[in-house]
This record gives sequence, structure tokens and C-alpha cells, in this order.
Amino acid sequence: MNDRNFLASIGGAFLEFLGATGRIVLFAVTAILYGLRPPYYPRLLLRQMVDIGFYSLPVVGLTALFTGMVLALQSYTGFSRFAAESAIPNIVILSVTRELGPVIAGLMVAGRIGAAIAAEIGTMRVTDQIDALTTLSVNPFRYLVAPRLVAGFTMLPLLVLVADIIGVFGGFLVSAYKLDLNGASYIQRSVDFLQTQDVVAGLAKAAVFGFIVALMGCYNGYHSKGGAQGVGAATTYAVVSSSILILVFDYILTEAFFSR
Amino acid sequence: MSDPHSAPTAGTPAGTPTGTSVKIAVRGLRKSFGRKVVLDGLDLDIDAGESLVIIGGSGTGKSVLLKCILGLIPADAGSIKIDGVEIVGSSASEREPMMRKFGMLFQGGALFDSLPVWENVAFGLIMGRNVKRSEGRRIALEKLAAVGLGEDVAKLYPGELSGGMQKRVALARAIATTPEIIFFDEPTTGLDPITADVINELIVKCVRDLGATAVSITHDMASTRKIADRVAMIYQGRIIWSGPKASIDNSGNPYVDQFIHGRADGPIKMDVRAR
Ligand SMILES: Nc1ncnc2c1ncn2[C@@H]1O[C@H](COP(=O)(O)OP(=O)(O)OP(=O)(O)O)[C@@H](O)[C@H]1O
Ligand SMILES: [Mg+2]
Repeated sequence: MNDRNFLASIGGAFLEFLGATGRIVLFAVTAILYGLRPPYYPRLLLRQMVDIGFYSLPVVGLTALFTGMVLALQSYTGFSRFAAESAIPNIVILSVTRELGPVIAGLMVAGRIGAAIAAEIGTMRVTDQIDALTTLSVNPFRYLVAPRLVAGFTMLPLLVLVADIIGVFGGFLVSAYKLDLNGASYIQRSVDFLQTQDVVAGLAKAAVFGFIVALMGCYNGYHSKGGAQGVGAATTYAVVSSSILILVFDYILTEAFFSR
Repeated sequence: MSDPHSAPTAGTPAGTPTGTSVKIAVRGLRKSFGRKVVLDGLDLDIDAGESLVIIGGSGTGKSVLLKCILGLIPADAGSIKIDGVEIVGSSASEREPMMRKFGMLFQGGALFDSLPVWENVAFGLIMGRNVKRSEGRRIALEKLAAVGLGEDVAKLYPGELSGGMQKRVALARAIATTPEIIFFDEPTTGLDPITADVINELIVKCVRDLGATAVSITHDMASTRKIADRVAMIYQGRIIWSGPKASIDNSGNPYVDQFIHGRADGPIKMDVRAR
């Protein structure tokens, strides 16, 4: 009897998971279909792009800088044992462009933007502002969701490009000024080792992560209910779910891009 | 746009149906949230050009009824026809042209707090109907003036306004697109008696000037007497009584009597539970 309850609860959770996935995909498809058809709202799109792209620069830049720095430091402690310090630039540039740049930027943006989107749309939901949009003949998917999805999808790659550069620069700083490696040869090795494919794969990941962050923010905000508490819960769900999804999709995309 | 049929015959609210047609017809409307039945087979006809006031206790589903008619909440069963067009079960894109006939004043105002007052009022024009921004602004200032708010208020944000001012802005927004049908959800709740009366007169004036069909929800009997042509009472998910304004004092219906006199004892029992 207990066994059956146990299995039933696992089955129930699995069905719930499938249902939620379906609802999120449907939500995204609806937003995309509405977003493709006019009227478009360029002002709103611009505002979201500035919000996501420009105002996230300090956070993403700082985390990228320290990530690059710590990466150089850690590799040094390991590699110096085998007199392989010269591989540090390779490690830094490979890890940053392929992996850490997109993931760190994605997670920071999930905290900053995902939360803000969920809180804003959630507040609009519980105060009837979303219903008010509809009664004023403005489709909320077109007006609220589509611009945020587009902004997330397009701006995160740009952020990651900046993060890549700053991250590599952080590695360079530590190597040249703390570890006393030759700065010129560090740069030379980085440039030689850099492959377009690595950067492009990283940027593609970033686009996916940006879409995920905006989507989870919009979805959770749109479906929030029950006043301030509901908005708080929606914000938490948005950040937690997009962070998990970023890591899951990071694995899936890495598998797709790099395993041959 | 004003329909000659709907010109108000002042003082004779009882004599409505001369050549009027049914604007909104609701039949057997049902809506539940989980196990809680809110609307339980509700029937209601609203004539073109009339001003109907719906009264009823708190939580009896008045707001839900309006939202069902607007298609904001999907009905579980029944039929809602607007100008003869069925909207229950229709898709969002089918309802979009229908929405253009409506204006709605939400119970909580529902002003967009990221936009200044004038953009709130002009929103339906600029965003929904492709009116130019400058033209939208002009109309917004005109509508704001009509509700007694000046140009200095137009630049403020909703968060900077008092409750009464927000209600007036919401009213201006609801009428800015000159809708055929306007819903007012508790337009005077939470206002002082004088502001409440100003709002009542605005509603009467708007409805008369636009020749619109109006449905208002209120708990406020003074407001009801001022704005209604006809009154309907909702109880346990149905309309249990409706009649011309003049007949509410001798409706012969104990539920209506209890409500309009605000008595705690009577056929309507509030389930007051200790928490
Ligand atoms: N989105 C929703 N989800 C769940 N229950 C809801 C929802 N909206 C309304 N209800 C329930 O439906 C019932 C009727 O709500 P409604 O807002 O229509 O009441 P009302 O008649 O407008 O009351 P009031 O006069 O206090 O505004 C309430 O019991 C409420 O709890
Ligand atoms: Mg209500």
C-alpha cells in the first residue's frame, strides 16, 4: 500500500513536470507568434535592451573579471607543479569563451533581470494591469512578453562578448602582474589559441540562456496570483528555475557543440 | 456616435424598452474556482443605452461576472452574446475586435504605474488604435479636464496620486476611446461622499454624452440611485431580482430589502467565522 503511494507520488510529480513544461513551451510559442505580427513596440524593445544589455554590464563585467583572475591563479597552482605554466592562457581563454563567460553572465542576469521581469509582470497581474491592457485592445503577449524575450535573446550574447574579453583580461592581469609570467607571450598564446568556433558556441549558449531568463521571468510573473506574497513567490521561482535551466541547457548545448 | 434611441428621458427610468435592443445577453453562465461555485447559471439581459447597476454582497461574483463578459476569465459553461455574437469559447483573436467596444474601470484602478497619467489615459488610443502621440495627448488632456484634473496632474505618475484622483484617472482612461459599452467596477468605493458624488455625476454625464451602455457595480445605495436606470441584484451566483430604479424600495423581495437597508439579519446570512 505504501509502495503504491510512493510510486503514485513519483508518477504525479512526473506528470506535473510534463504539464509545466508543456505550459511553458505553449507560453513561449504564443509570445513568439504574437510578437511576429504587428503592431510592434520598438520603444519598449529598446528600453528592455538597454535594461538587460547596458545596465547589466557592471555586474557581469565584475564577475567576469574575477572569474578570469581566479582561473589563472588556480591553474597556476596546479600547472606549476608540472612546469606547465605556459598552458595558463589556453586554459583561461578556452574556459571563459566556451563555458564560464556564458554561464556566469547567464546566472547574473537571471538574478538581476529574471527577478525584475517576474516582479514587474507579477505586480501588473495581481493589480489587474494585464487585464487592463487587454480591455484597451493591447495584447499582453505582444506588449509585455515579446519585447523581453527578444531583448534577452539578443542582448545576452553581446554581454557575453564583453564578459569574454574582460575575463581573459583578468587572467592576463593575474598572470603578468602576480605570477610574473611574460605578458606579451601570454597575449600571443591567447590569440593563437583562440578559435572562432569556441567564441561562437559560447555566444549561441548565451542567446539560449538570455531567452530562458526572460521566458521564466515572464511566465512566472504572468501566472502569479494572490497579492504581494504571490509576486514574491513568482520572483523566486523565476530565478531558481532559470538558474537550473541554464545549467541543464549548458550541458545539452556543450554536448551538441563539442562532443564529436 | 450618439444613438438617438438612447437619449435619456430624464425622470422616467421605468419606461425603457421603446425600440431598445439587447446589447449583452447572458444565459446560464457558470464559473467555479476549484470547488467554489461563484456563478451558478446566471441569466442577464442588458439593453443598448441603458445604465444597469448590479448590487450584491461582497464576494458574490460581481467582478467575476464583468470579467467573464470581457473574456478575461474563461466561463465554464453558458452563453454570453454581445450584439448577438457569442464570446464563450471564442479565441483571443476572435475577441479582439469585440474588445474595442468596451471600456472598463477596474475595481482597483489598474493604472499602469510605469507610465505618467496622460499616457495612461491615452494608452488605448496610442497603443491600441494607432492614434498619433500628439493627438492622443490632446484627447487625454481633454478627458482629464472632463474628470476635473488639470495639466499639472497629467505629468505625474499614478503612485503620486490620491485614491480619489486615481479613480478619476481610471475613469478618464475607461472613456477615452469612446466605447459603446462601459463597465464601472465599484467606482465610488473608498471615496469621501463628496468625491463619490462627483464621480457619480461624471458617470451619468459620460454615459449620456457617449450614448453608451453602462454596467456599474456598487455597494453604495446613494450611487445606485444616482446612476441607475435599472438595478439587478446578484445572490448565490444568480440574478435574483431586477427592476427599474424606482421600484427598489418596494421590490417585495426580502433579499433586496435587506441589502438596500443594510440589515445584518434577514434571509442573507453572512458566514462570519472566527479566525
Ligand atoms: N482569480 C480567482 N481565483 C480564484 N478565486 C477567485 C478569483 N477571482 C475571484 N475569485 C473568487 O470568486 C468570488 C467572487 O469574487 P468577486 O471578485 O467577483 O467578488 P465581488 O462580488 O466583486 O466582491 P466585492 O464586492 O468584494 O468586490 C470570491 O469568493 C473570490 O474569492
Ligand atoms: Mg468586486
